[in-house]
Amino acid sequence: MLSKGLNIIVCIKQVPATTEIMIDPKTRTLIREGVEATVNPFDMYAIEESVRLKERYGGEVTAVSMGPPQAEASLREALAMGCDKAVLLTDKAFAGADTLATAYTLACGMRKIGTYDIVVCGSKTTDGDTGQVGPGLAEELGISHVSYVRKITAVGEALINVERTLDDYYERVEAPLPCLITVTKEINEPRLPSLKGKLMAKRAQITVWNAEGLGSDPKRFGLNGSPTRVIKVFHPSPRRGGEIITGSPEIQADMLVEKLKELGVL
Amino acid sequence: MREIRIIEIKCTGCGLCVQACPFGSVSIVDGLAKISESCQLCGACVSSCPSGCVEIAEEEKEIVDLSKYKGVLVFGEQRNGRVSPVVHELIGKGRELANDLGDELSCIIIGDHVREQAEDLTCYGVDKVYIYEDPCLATFRDDPYTDLLADLVSEIRPSVFLIGATSIGRSLAPRIATRLKTGLTADCTGLEIGSEGKLLLQTRPAFGGNVMATITCPDSRPQMATVRYKIMKRAERIPGYEGKVINVEFDSEKLRDRVRVDESMKEEAGVSITEAEIIVSGGKGLGNPEGFRLISELANVLGGAVGASRVVVDEGWISYAHQVGLSGKTVRPRLYIACGISGSVQHLAGMSGSDIIVAINKDPSAPIFKVADIGLVGDLYEVLPQIVKRIRDLKGIR
Repeated sequence: MLSKGLNIIVCIKQVPATTEIMIDPKTRTLIREGVEATVNPFDMYAIEESVRLKERYGGEVTAVSMGPPQAEASLREALAMGCDKAVLLTDKAFAGADTLATAYTLACGMRKIGTYDIVVCGSKTTDGDTGQVGPGLAEELGISHVSYVRKITAVGEALINVERTLDDYYERVEAPLPCLITVTKEINEPRLPSLKGKLMAKRAQITVWNAEGLGSDPKRFGLNGSPTRVIKVFHPSPRRGGEIITGSPEIQADMLVEKLKELGVL
Repeated sequence: MREIRIIEIKCTGCGLCVQACPFGSVSIVDGLAKISESCQLCGACVSSCPSGCVEIAEEEKEIVDLSKYKGVLVFGEQRNGRVSPVVHELIGKGRELANDLGDELSCIIIGDHVREQAEDLTCYGVDKVYIYEDPCLATFRDDPYTDLLADLVSEIRPSVFLIGATSIGRSLAPRIATRLKTGLTADCTGLEIGSEGKLLLQTRPAFGGNVMATITCPDSRPQMATVRYKIMKRAERIPGYEGKVINVEFDSEKLRDRVRVDESMKEEAGVSITEAEIIVSGGKGLGNPEGFRLISELANVLGGAVGASRVVVDEGWISYAHQVGLSGKTVRPRLYIACGISGSVQHLAGMSGSDIIVAINKDPSAPIFKVADIGLVGDLYEVLPQIVKRIRDLKGIR
């Protein structure tokens, strides 16, 4: 336990529960109707690690999400897993945000929360798949970040020690607090919420802030604050299955090796 | 700031705009077009409307003088003083884009003793290689690398700035883009200069590769993108090309680093699946963790790396470093051999870009066969030893 406990913020996003998003061939738009929503699977590791940090060092975990009003459901899941507070940043003005505007909006939310020692994010989301919001948010907040953290070794009064992976390398690093980390799935095994946790989460009060409440530069929210524009969405041309080799294992092996020789990979 | 409006008295409720919208953001409510929050202000509805009732109003905004930004800049990521393979791919693509723009191609290398590498790059069609050398910069550090890159970009003002979508690139690029308040597109698999306005058209997969999106950055510069490795063609040497190396002097204050690296270690040997030319992967069909011995044996005789599906990593049969797929690594080897892997969407997302895919599975209806160039329906414990034997014979390995 640390003398004052840690103020931890975990950032989460609500995403479609499936990545098998179809495009309507007529309207050429993403079909979102009837697609269930869930907490971004990568954020589950961030929630779990935040709660473990609290359990180990004392303190409080606040879950923050930017999204439509229904993203409240994801925040309740985070509360059920052991987060103490939840803040939803929701406003029409936030819609259409790219990663720059998202990082800005989340940073406004954090500044309004006031104090934080550690900000924890997932390494990416399953929908946008960019992994850009974490490091971008750290830059907006003017704090250091360590991405792809697979282990938190220790947290002191003013420092955090972690292990991060960088492709085929890993590093042990020390960063000053406050610090933002993005975590990989190696870091833990997320818990299932307890029944008690679920009941508490159901009744919990979720703080909701809109654009005005954040009192910042409205030109930097949502689509207006987003330098990028999506101009087209389409399905990739599918890969087609090739031939099937049949016969005894010996024949199959012979034919495969022949084919691979022909293709020039052997 | 842009805003979209429907001039209701002109709207006939014909619905053409509904069909034109690529984002499903327009609907007809009570006989009038209504635009929802998901609108991306692309303007498709404006041009589709026969009665001219949709308009996009441009509000005043800080205008960036785009004409001041010229050329293409590539980040020359290095490790142990050698530039990463992805840099040659970025240079290949960067040269093409620079030619289309009629501008120069530059590269920046931050490290220690990198001059020789920089000089070598000039033979690949790079006009200028900027180098920043200091012992403190030998290995990647988020803070000083961000500071130096952001400085150079402000100084030379490239129109396009490309960074490899490696772990380093993906950590670094968002910090720089945020500092410069410009657009950044992640993990691009396609880049070209559009005919209209010479914008960079950036195409990337989303939703685990099930959807592709083309993205532009119309009003901010540079147009930044991280680029997936092993997609773009490597640059080739251009005989007689004369680029120059520029050693940039910088203030030692720029070496400020809040994060301290205590140790930097290579992961267990033989794992590196992102670099491997050949990958042999195992899945649930192996039946037990020992099955990976057979997978390793084949990988060894082929000189390849061992991959795995999510299920077996979750089961603890093999470490996460081997995981291929949406929640693991994206790979693109010349040859991918999937053994006992059914081919879930999440796995396919990580390997369907491979040049040649071979699938070995008992179940002929396994989805993996839909993407495999060569399929073997059978028991992998019977087939793999035979394959290993033949490759040994072929290569003269005892």
